[in-house]
Amino acid sequence: MGRYIGRRVLQAIPVLLGSTLLIYALVFALPGDPVTAMFGDRPVNPVVANQIRAEYNLDKPFIVQYLLFLKGVFTLNFGNTFSGQPVVNIIATAFPVTIRLAIMAFIIEAVFGILIGTISGLRRGSWFDSVSLVLSLALIAVPTFVFGFVLQFLLGVKLHWLPPTAGASPTFQSLLLPALVLASVSLAYVIRLTRTSVSSNLSADHVRTARAKGLTERRVIGVHVLRNSLIPVVTFLGGDLGALMGGAVVTERIFNVNGIGNALYQAILRGEGTTVVSIVTLLVLIFIISNLVVDLLYAVLDPRIRYV
Amino acid sequence: MSEPSMSPTVLPGQERYVDTAHEEIAAIDSVDDSAPPTSMWRDAWQSLRKNPLFIVSAVLIVLILVVALFPDLFTHEDPKYCVLTNAQTGPGPGHWFGFDQQGCDVFARVIHGARASVTVGVVTTLIVMLLGGVIGAFAGFYGGWLDAVLARITDIFFAVPLVLGAIVLLNTFKTSETVWKVILALALFGWTQQARITRGAVLEARNSEFITASTALGASGRYNLLRHALPNALAPIIVNATVSLGTFIVAEATLSYLGIGLPPSIVSWGGDISSAQVLLRVRPQVLFFPAGALAVTVLSFILLGDAVREALDPTSRKR
Repeated sequence: MGRYIGRRVLQAIPVLLGSTLLIYALVFALPGDPVTAMFGDRPVNPVVANQIRAEYNLDKPFIVQYLLFLKGVFTLNFGNTFSGQPVVNIIATAFPVTIRLAIMAFIIEAVFGILIGTISGLRRGSWFDSVSLVLSLALIAVPTFVFGFVLQFLLGVKLHWLPPTAGASPTFQSLLLPALVLASVSLAYVIRLTRTSVSSNLSADHVRTARAKGLTERRVIGVHVLRNSLIPVVTFLGGDLGALMGGAVVTERIFNVNGIGNALYQAILRGEGTTVVSIVTLLVLIFIISNLVVDLLYAVLDPRIRYV
Repeated sequence: MSEPSMSPTVLPGQERYVDTAHEEIAAIDSVDDSAPPTSMWRDAWQSLRKNPLFIVSAVLIVLILVVALFPDLFTHEDPKYCVLTNAQTGPGPGHWFGFDQQGCDVFARVIHGARASVTVGVVTTLIVMLLGGVIGAFAGFYGGWLDAVLARITDIFFAVPLVLGAIVLLNTFKTSETVWKVILALALFGWTQQARITRGAVLEARNSEFITASTALGASGRYNLLRHALPNALAPIIVNATVSLGTFIVAEATLSYLGIGLPPSIVSWGGDISSAQVLLRVRPQVLFFPAGALAVTVLSFILLGDAVREALDPTSRKR
């Protein structure tokens, strides 16, 4: 077990370095000079331009720039935006909002996904199963942003059940609708995954043995079927926590949530390379770490994994 | 036996088993050798043909492909010819879906928008199949240090969520007016799933006995990979490709909605949905039609993928 954990953690290091380098290269090594862009239509003043380049390390070779950036990530000093605001401040105000949103979405998809998926899997072919199958397919097929507009319009504008936008200091209620929309696609996948897993486990040998031993139906389903069925679902859910934060770009824009997704989008529009690279790196870090945690959790749940 | 329907049909080579005088089957250990040889693919096709979901989704996909290839068969309106005086007019004769904010014919735009979505979906999937397939096949078949290196590279790209990576990449090509930038961005961050699935399938095939036998007979590694391992790994590759095609179409629409996907000069469902957002309260049909077309397209590919999966994997078939 200890060796397995050690190996997984060591494997995460090159991935971490590689993906941050990838993002950094995409933002800074590709054609397009952010400094020239700052001058807009006016002629570029070479003295000022060089000064700005020096300030943002843009005059140094690419790999040095990257290493300086990496040092900044570990010392929580992401540098300044082109307007002089420290990127850390942007992240510090936007990040907690997105974490709240992502956790709410996560709870929605985990609780409802597993519940609906389990009932569907146990009663394959029933009307409940058919309805949940159609609904989950619809959630996957309709793009999140369309689902977002429609819910915002129906529940927020027409029926006044929930606030249609979140605004500056979002309350629990105003984040409920965005969280539901953010969770929607993953919810559908959790339902499908749980359903398949439960229904295939129902015919597994160990379940038949459990029934043959005369265990109560409650114990057969609750312990022998569910515990085994949830292994792939837990893997998906864990990996999804990071993906939810990335998906927040769309949801936060629809519902005007001042989170990390919106900050990222604004930074992209304004060509703020430093902010873009900092936020994306942070999201990728969360993604890698949550996947690592899932892998370790997986080894706890499923003893077969440890010895591979 | 009370069934009179068991009258024997004497097949060539079976004559000695059938006693024609008593019209009874004398032996039942005969194999119907006139039946065509059944392969996994033929078997899958037989079960697919009977699956109503497959028929519905296949018909829809063929229809969508025809619309994408020959939009002029369905409408003579120019999707880019917009008359502002028509703006937000409701449905009427000749213009079934009404007009949008700019006075463009919504029906014509839905028909002409199919091409962009289908091109992005199909071409991205082909690139991903090739790229992910090659990387996954090499990693799975040769193993060792090559596998370790390729697995880390896959992990690196996997760590960047599809839409997030595409946003960053597309941001540097803002001024480009082609579909190719979207295809490139989606393929660059979308191949990892395919690589992982191919790797697993090839690895499983490589460790099977027929490959050991083939090696014992003197087959080269390349021959084994191309003739034995890959064909046996094809089923999961195809299933994943079909399902992910829908995902790529949704991702394209999402990027176009964010304003960094397809340029406005290309008629696309994602772009139209995005511009219809402001009209949702007054003219919901302007949003409904492109969104509906997109949803039906994605749904068709997901259902097709499900049907193919069920056909190729007998254990998942409903009993």
